[in-house]
Amino acid sequence: MADRPVPLAERRLMDVKLAELPNWLGKRDFTPNGLIRSVRGGYDRYFNKYINVKKGGIGGIAMLLVGYIALSYAWEYDHIKHDRWRKYH
Amino acid sequence: MLSRLVLTSGSALKNSGSFGACVVQASRSIHSSPQSKAPLPPLPEKGGKIRHGIFPEELFSLLYPKTGVTGPYMLGTGLLLYMLSKEIYVINHETFAALSISSVIIYGIKKFGPGVAAYADKLNEEKVAKAQEVKDVAVARLAQAIEDEKKEQWRVEGRHMLFDTKRNNVTMLLETNYRERLHMVTSEVKRRLDYQVELQNLHRRMEQEHMVNWVEQNVVKSITPQQEKESIAKCISDLKVLAKATQARAAV
Repeated sequence: MADRPVPLAERRLMDVKLAELPNWLGKRDFTPNGLIRSVRGGYDRYFNKYINVKKGGIGGIAMLLVGYIALSYAWEYDHIKHDRWRKYH
Repeated sequence: MLSRLVLTSGSALKNSGSFGACVVQASRSIHSSPQSKAPLPPLPEKGGKIRHGIFPEELFSLLYPKTGVTGPYMLGTGLLLYMLSKEIYVINHETFAALSISSVIIYGIKKFGPGVAAYADKLNEEKVAKAQEVKDVAVARLAQAIEDEKKEQWRVEGRHMLFDTKRNNVTMLLETNYRERLHMVTSEVKRRLDYQVELQNLHRRMEQEHMVNWVEQNVVKSITPQQEKESIAKCISDLKVLAKATQARAAV
C-alpha cells in the first residue's frame, strides 16, 4: 500500500507512526465544531459497521454496553475501592 | 440479532436523535451541489466480525502476526488475573449480581437468538417485498403506458383515412342540401306558374260562359210569341211527314 505520501494531518490514527504521534495530535481539529464532527464521524463509522447491516448480531449493542459498564466502573472506582478484600497488594 | 430488531423498528432508532443513518444517506445526496442520482449502495449483509459477542475481530487480527492464535486469549487471561490480583477489579456483591444477570442474558440470547433473528428477518422481508411490489406495480403501469402510447402513435398514422371519410361525409351533406334546395326552388316556381295558368284558364272559361249565357238570353228574348207559334206548327208538320215516311218504310 505505498500510495503517494498522504499528508500527516489527514492520516488515520492507525496509520500514524508512533514518533509522529505528537505532531499528528497537534494537527487535529480541537475546535468545538471539529470535536463534534469527529464524534459524529466516529458514531457514524461504528453505526454503519456494526448496526446498519442486514444481519447484525448481538455484538453491535453488546460492545456499547460493555463499554458503558467499563466506563461506569472506572468512574465509580473511588467508591468501590472501599470494598477491597486486602489492604496491600 | 438485537440490532436486527433495532433495524426493523428502525424508524424509532433512526429518528430519535440518532439521525446518523439519515444523515449518512442524506449526506450522500447533499455532498456535491449537483445532486448525484446514483442509487444508494445496498446495505452490507453482515456487520464487522465480533468474537464472543464483545471482542471485535480486529483485535485478534492485530495480534495474530506476533502471538498467533492464542495471543489475545493469553492477553485476556493475563489482564484478568492482573486486575483481580491488584484488586483493580474488586469482587463484591455486584460481581455475583453481574454473574447471574449475564448468565441469564447469555442463556436467553443463545436460546432465543435465532428465533428472534428469523422473526426480524421476516419483518424486514415483508417491508422490502412491499416496497418491491410498489415498485413493480409502478413499473408495470409505466410499461403499460408505453404500450398505450405506441398504440396511439400507430393510430395517428391512420388518421388520413379518417379525414378522407369525414371529408366525403361533408361533401355528401353539402350535395344533399344543395339538391334539396334546388328541388324546393323548382317546385315553388312551378306552383306559381301553375297558378298563373289556372288563372288564365279561369278567365277564358268565365268569359266563354258569360258570353254563351248572354247569347242564349238574347236569343230567347228575341224569340217572339209569334215566331214560337210558327215554329211549333212547323215542327208538328215535320213530325207528321216523318211519321208517314217511317210508316211507309216499316210497311215495306
